[in-house]
Amino acid sequence: MPQEQVRWNDPKTSRYLNKRIPRVDGPDKVTGAAKYTYDIALPGMLYGKILRCPHANARVESIDVSAAKAMPGVRAIIDDISKTARFAGQEIAAVAADTEEIARDAIHAIRVTYDVQPHVVNTRAGRNDPDRVGDPAELSEGADPSTLWSQAAAVIEAEYYVPVREHLSLETHGIVFRWDGDDKATAWVSTQAVHGVAGGLANALRIQRQDLTVICNHMGGGFGSKFSAGTEGSVCGRLARLAGKPVKLMLDRYEEQVATGNGPDALMQCKAAMTADGKLLAIEADLWGTNGPGKRWGVAFPYRTVYNLPNIRTRSHGVSTNTGGARALRAPGHPQGNFLTETVLDELAAKVGLDPLEVRKKNVLRAVWREQLDAGAKGIGWERRNKTPGAVSGRYLRGMGCACNTWGGGGRGGSRCDVRIGSDGSVWVGIGTQDLGTGTRTYVAAIVAEDLGLPIERVHAEIGSSKLGQSGGSGGSVTTASVAPAVKMAALAARARLFEVAAPMLGVSAGDLECADGRVQARRNPSNSLSFEQVCAKLPPGGIEERGEWNRSLQQSGVAGAQFVEVEVDTWTGNVRPIKVVAVQDCGYALNRLAVESQIIGGVIQGLSMALFEDRKMDDPTGRMLNPDMENYKVLGALEVPEIVPIVFETHDKVTGLGEPPVIPTAAATGNAVFNATGIRIRTLPITPRRWFDALEEQS
Amino acid sequence: MNNFAWLEPKSVDEAAEALKQGGIALAGGIDLLTVLKERLVEPQQVVNLKSLPGMRSLEGRNGLRIGALVTLDRIAADEELGRNFAAVAQAAASVGSPQIRNVGTLGGNLCQRPRCWYFRDAEVHCLKKGGAACYAVAGNNEYHAIFGGGPCHIVHPSDVAPALIAFDAEVITNRRRMPLQEFFVLPSENVRAENVLEIGEIVTGVEAGMRPGTFSAYVKMQERPSFDWALSGCAVVLQMNGGRVQDARIVLSGVAPIPWRSREAEAAVKGRAISEVTADDAGQAAVRAAQPMTDNRFKVKLTANAVKIALLKAAGQRV
Ligand SMILES: Cc1cc2nc3c(=O)[nH]c(=O)nc-3n(C[C@H](O)[C@H](O)[C@H](O)COP(=O)(O)OP(=O)(O)OC[C@H]3O[C@@H](n4cnc5c(N)ncnc54)[C@H](O)[C@@H]3O)c2cc1C
Repeated sequence: MPQEQVRWNDPKTSRYLNKRIPRVDGPDKVTGAAKYTYDIALPGMLYGKILRCPHANARVESIDVSAAKAMPGVRAIIDDISKTARFAGQEIAAVAADTEEIARDAIHAIRVTYDVQPHVVNTRAGRNDPDRVGDPAELSEGADPSTLWSQAAAVIEAEYYVPVREHLSLETHGIVFRWDGDDKATAWVSTQAVHGVAGGLANALRIQRQDLTVICNHMGGGFGSKFSAGTEGSVCGRLARLAGKPVKLMLDRYEEQVATGNGPDALMQCKAAMTADGKLLAIEADLWGTNGPGKRWGVAFPYRTVYNLPNIRTRSHGVSTNTGGARALRAPGHPQGNFLTETVLDELAAKVGLDPLEVRKKNVLRAVWREQLDAGAKGIGWERRNKTPGAVSGRYLRGMGCACNTWGGGGRGGSRCDVRIGSDGSVWVGIGTQDLGTGTRTYVAAIVAEDLGLPIERVHAEIGSSKLGQSGGSGGSVTTASVAPAVKMAALAARARLFEVAAPMLGVSAGDLECADGRVQARRNPSNSLSFEQVCAKLPPGGIEERGEWNRSLQQSGVAGAQFVEVEVDTWTGNVRPIKVVAVQDCGYALNRLAVESQIIGGVIQGLSMALFEDRKMDDPTGRMLNPDMENYKVLGALEVPEIVPIVFETHDKVTGLGEPPVIPTAAATGNAVFNATGIRIRTLPITPRRWFDALEEQS
Repeated sequence: MNNFAWLEPKSVDEAAEALKQGGIALAGGIDLLTVLKERLVEPQQVVNLKSLPGMRSLEGRNGLRIGALVTLDRIAADEELGRNFAAVAQAAASVGSPQIRNVGTLGGNLCQRPRCWYFRDAEVHCLKKGGAACYAVAGNNEYHAIFGGGPCHIVHPSDVAPALIAFDAEVITNRRRMPLQEFFVLPSENVRAENVLEIGEIVTGVEAGMRPGTFSAYVKMQERPSFDWALSGCAVVLQMNGGRVQDARIVLSGVAPIPWRSREAEAAVKGRAISEVTADDAGQAAVRAAQPMTDNRFKVKLTANAVKIALLKAAGQRV
């Protein structure tokens, strides 16, 4: 069949696809049978530990490992990881020992003297230092805003700040590394890219990519921070080689929070204007932020992929700081840019005196957002909102806010999937992707089960190994749209082979056969059928194996969404309690509606957490992170999670990823809801009691 | 953490002796474990108080008597205590999470070390660890003291202590008995310790007399509503007479290096009926002498509101 004729299965007749499919590995996860990297224990395995520089900017003058070397149980030491540290927490040396305790003691026994240099760890502190600020990235479109202020019905001018956030994966970064000979090895890695890590790590260890097997069957979160095995990965491989034994090196919480990536901050000074009829007129802004030691930085401001913003001048400045480097964090740059844009828009709407919902509908680029805004407004009960923010008094005040999002989520070529059918009727599907927590394994099995007409339990899906067919990293929400088409094509190819075998048995041409309910049957006369097993018994003795490649026509890029948040502000404590979130999200053909809803809910939770709690705090005097833990790096807890209503808004019948988009607009919608409730605009995230009382003071 | 010997003492005397020999007491271990892991202390020996008999009784019917090894969860759940000493039960219930309350003990809660992020960071050699400076002064002090600070600016982390002090509780050790208020010391008196415990001294329990006709409450302001420390908190005990406050104890948490008794707030309600107006006045009075640092101005208003809410709650009014 030509590629473009292949379609996703009609939901009217499908058994699994576009339905709610419980995760195939759910039971393994709740019973503990699922093995994460953390759970891997090999015979004779040692434990690795890394010594990190305590200073934010320093050069190693000398390093003395003799005391560590002399400790019983210490099997390998590396003392040359880096001679300079550009942030507190950078890797300097490492040890492998019989137990984790010995490894820790040995690290403690290594003596390093540092030449400590001055540091800067915050964007605000660094932005006035020309040596630390990169050349601005400028955006200039339409008329010069300075010629337009006088024509505007409303002009606002303010400063906004979104702090650095962490990925906070519950399973930390880490690896178990085993050499299987001089130049062959196996690595269990908590990663969102098994093939990518196989390439990168093999390169770092100077072996052939095909000689390194990377395995990640289950992982406890990555959010964009686990595309590479990191310094800890290559260090672990080296330790294992030196010691001649497998080594396990899992980072602890401190290491995870200082050294494995973060989502950059965004500081903005902005002037913006709106016309009397609610059209955005002009934006002029300077932005600063830090990606860590480098100077490249940028966020998605203004959010031109959703809104029509005609006259713009912005200058974005990257600030080099002595902090751990940024990594992609769920929709990199978007939650920040979205918060800035949607807050500005909301402020202007309030100043012009228009309904912020209507203003959004006027400024969006495409009709889909208008429809979604209407659907969301209905879901939350927008008419119940506070019509005049600030007019109501009392301790507890309620309000609503909204914001829109967009994302790509199209697939990428290069994925290869294999399906094997045994003559005993067994079905296996394998592809070298991984499950970042989104439910990949489940739809891989479901796609095959659907097209072969089998119960999902009959399909054994294998993912999470670089020995399986090529597939890309799970980032940019591209996984589903990259993987699912290849799986579908492999399933169809395998089915075609079955039909070839069954056709003469049933006396029907292969093109007139179908698979349903565990049988292969004539489409026009289903009673003319054979059981799946009967057909398989006639396959060649070794069964069959078919490969599927990515099929562009099964996927599409571009999604839209709109979210509505209702909050209750306790004006006496400054606590903001989310009451309800309605999240309208398009993702094309939802392969697994349950997983889609779960992604939306997860994104909203992370977005609320950004709005209310998350804030990496770097200390100017010491240059150290003040909250490298989960005590003071706060996140939304189970008790703070409100009612979340996901609305799956399907606009087409192709597959599009949506791992990231649901996190984008939640923080902005929450801030807008706080304003709607109280008339107080909080322009610095997170919205904590401190921000609340500071804003009250500023206002009075 | 360093390697240490483990002792399971059979008597308080044996435990006390071991503490004199460089040991450190372990109760639930919730706090001690993290302190050991960060190498903030490196003891020769860890003395497991849980191997001792006794110190586990809890009584709230004819006065309050709580052994040092009673878990916070038991304090929070005891009905009689909840009736007669409501603020204490409420304070215990506000601590951390169920897991922490199930394991953490009263003795450990009173003797826990501060949460100051400079103190907790092994790499920062602050005043409290024998260093030369309090890093909170020039650094980030958003969670630090607005009363009684200097030269170190920690806040005492206990929620339970202020509530007990509001009932004039006494603390009992293997050597002495004293008002719980006097158990805690300001950094200006001793920057290295938060209380007056001497080496070899063990808290065995707390006691407070019955206070008929009192109404009490504990209110805790948190950044995150579930599972968080007090940004600020307030324990209130009101002795009422004919609808008016005859006597009041108002003790603040999370704002000073020790549980902070606010005599100003107490004076503001004395002789008056509790209403939103009096409660507000008391809140204002409580913070009049506050000395916020660079990042914690917000705590001033927050604390005034904590006092206000606690008073209204103690008086049984809707808030
Ligand atoms: C994440 C987290 C959140 C928390 N949240 C709160 C909170 O919101 N509010 C709050 O009040 N507390 C909170 N706590 C603190 C917790 O309540 C205390 O750590 C706990 O009560 C300590 O009790 P423990 O029995 O585990 O003490 P341990 O950890 O065993 O001991 C703590 C300290 O007290 C000493 N000690 C213990 N018992 C005695 C004794 N009988 N005599 C003399 N010295 C003794 C020990 O030597 C040690 O120095 C939290 C703790 C954590 C880790």
